Amino acid sequence: MSPAITAEGLVKKYGDVVALDGVDLSVPEGTVLGLLGPNGAGKTTTVRILTTLLKPDAGRATVAGFDVVADAPRLRARIGASGQYAAVDDHLTGAENLEMVGRLYHLGTGRSRQRARELLERFDLTEAADRPVRGYSGGMRRRLDLAGALVAEPPVLFLDEPTTGLDPRARAGMWEVVSELVAGGTTVLLTTQYLEEADRLADAVAVIDHGRVIALGTADELKDRIGGDCIELAVNGAADLDAARRALAPLATGEMKADGAALRLTIPVGDGTAALVTALGRLAAERVAVRDAGLRRPTLDEVFLTLTGHRADELVTTEEDGR
Amino acid sequence: MNALRMTLADGMTITRRNVLKIKRAPDLLGGVITLPVVVVLLFAYVFGSMIELPGMSYGEYLIPGIFVQVIVMSGQITGYTLTQDLQKGIFDRFRTLPMAPSAVLVGQTAGDILMNVTSIVAMSLVGLVVGWRVHTAPQEAVLGFLLLLLFAYAFSWVTATVALALRRPEVFNNLATTLSMPLIFLSNAFVDTTRLPAPLRAVAEWNPVSVVVQAARELFGNTSAAMPAPGTWPLRHAVPAALLWSALLLIVFVPLAIRLYKRAVSR
Repeated sequence: MSPAITAEGLVKKYGDVVALDGVDLSVPEGTVLGLLGPNGAGKTTTVRILTTLLKPDAGRATVAGFDVVADAPRLRARIGASGQYAAVDDHLTGAENLEMVGRLYHLGTGRSRQRARELLERFDLTEAADRPVRGYSGGMRRRLDLAGALVAEPPVLFLDEPTTGLDPRARAGMWEVVSELVAGGTTVLLTTQYLEEADRLADAVAVIDHGRVIALGTADELKDRIGGDCIELAVNGAADLDAARRALAPLATGEMKADGAALRLTIPVGDGTAALVTALGRLAAERVAVRDAGLRRPTLDEVFLTLTGHRADELVTTEEDGR
Repeated sequence: MNALRMTLADGMTITRRNVLKIKRAPDLLGGVITLPVVVVLLFAYVFGSMIELPGMSYGEYLIPGIFVQVIVMSGQITGYTLTQDLQKGIFDRFRTLPMAPSAVLVGQTAGDILMNVTSIVAMSLVGLVVGWRVHTAPQEAVLGFLLLLLFAYAFSWVTATVALALRRPEVFNNLATTLSMPLIFLSNAFVDTTRLPAPLRAVAEWNPVSVVVQAARELFGNTSAAMPAPGTWPLRHAVPAALLWSALLLIVFVPLAIRLYKRAVSR
């Protein structure tokens, strides 16, 4: 299938600051790409270029087959965008906001009104439909903003940190909506600082740092890159810890980590499930009393730390937030 | 849809938005009206009792000046709301929509007309209370109001330009207040410019505010043959000069504002 979004060598500079340093992306139709990176990594700049808000200094990009610079007006009719700052008008009601967006997509008055009602219902805002947005909660604004992005039923959707600042329940609701849209064939590019979100929603994850894509793949592929699974073991005494260590050394694919105080042992292994079965067999044969044993996949957090050398939630202040 | 029809249709949509906004935030309009009401009452009764004008009451002289003061103040409010919109995400949304980029400002300034109509009507009523009357034929008076609205519309584009250049509400507010004071007071809105010292007088008589005030006075008949005749060309031909000033402001500031808008939202 042809990609719904492509980017080749996107560069954007603000004076001396290089916000994007050659970003390449390709998102197949009907899939979700998660753009993962810390604040200031270039996520928002990438989205702003792809949604025609910014012109790249170099490189080219297409969305739904249209060039982001040359075909910007036609491209805009094919996309929906929802940002981290809810783009809704405080003084208008929820219904008026959505109707206005429908008119500006040139859907006509009747259709705009109908779409507004449909979306308000879908996002559980029917009760608040005729109240000014000023009185909405943060979660309600965010839902209304996303509804605004969906007014014209765009085939390509850009979500810039759609759940930043939302409570867990609102976040789960947002995830559900995105999943439904993708099931219906929509292509989604979403940026996020939450590794869990990328893990949960994205077919592919692009890790972006200092304006470059430093890793690309499925969440599982990225986790494999830093060494697959680990067995985590808890025992009852220091003697057991040593015994377990000796018994399991042949299984380890890397360096084992022992925590003498907590009496825990972490063993990196190749094929996780099979290794766990073997390990428990050996421990039983050596009569090592095991308090707890489990298999753990590396988290995207660890992937991130390994790839970038810094934690995902580390704040890197750049112009991206000072806008 | 062709470009012009799109601009008009989108402009209408944005106008609707701005009109709803004015309706929902009456404090904005209230702010534009209350200060001039206080100024009218203070000037008409406090200063008016001491300022002697040959052949006419100070109240009659004052009201056309107040109209223009209200226009300048409404302009400040619209510029301020524009900078506030810039701080929020709403302009980002607009920019990702397949709408005419100029529609945002076309709609904003069209909404301003409604604000100006409301405040000029309010000031007319206050004027009638303090003794202001129209002495000309109705069609001339209508022309006077239309001229005021034309200038108000042109002035909206000026404040929009300044607002888009400054971007920050606080910065805009400080500068707008600082600039609007001399604009209003260094004119014939409250005082007779012929009595000003020569350099100030030259500035005051070429000030577009003076020209529009003078044009309004002529069209409403709030003039007196006993008053000293103004010396400079714009005040002697106030109506065409006011039209020229408005046209000039539109020619310069409409394209400038649209350009700044496009730049302001592509960051």
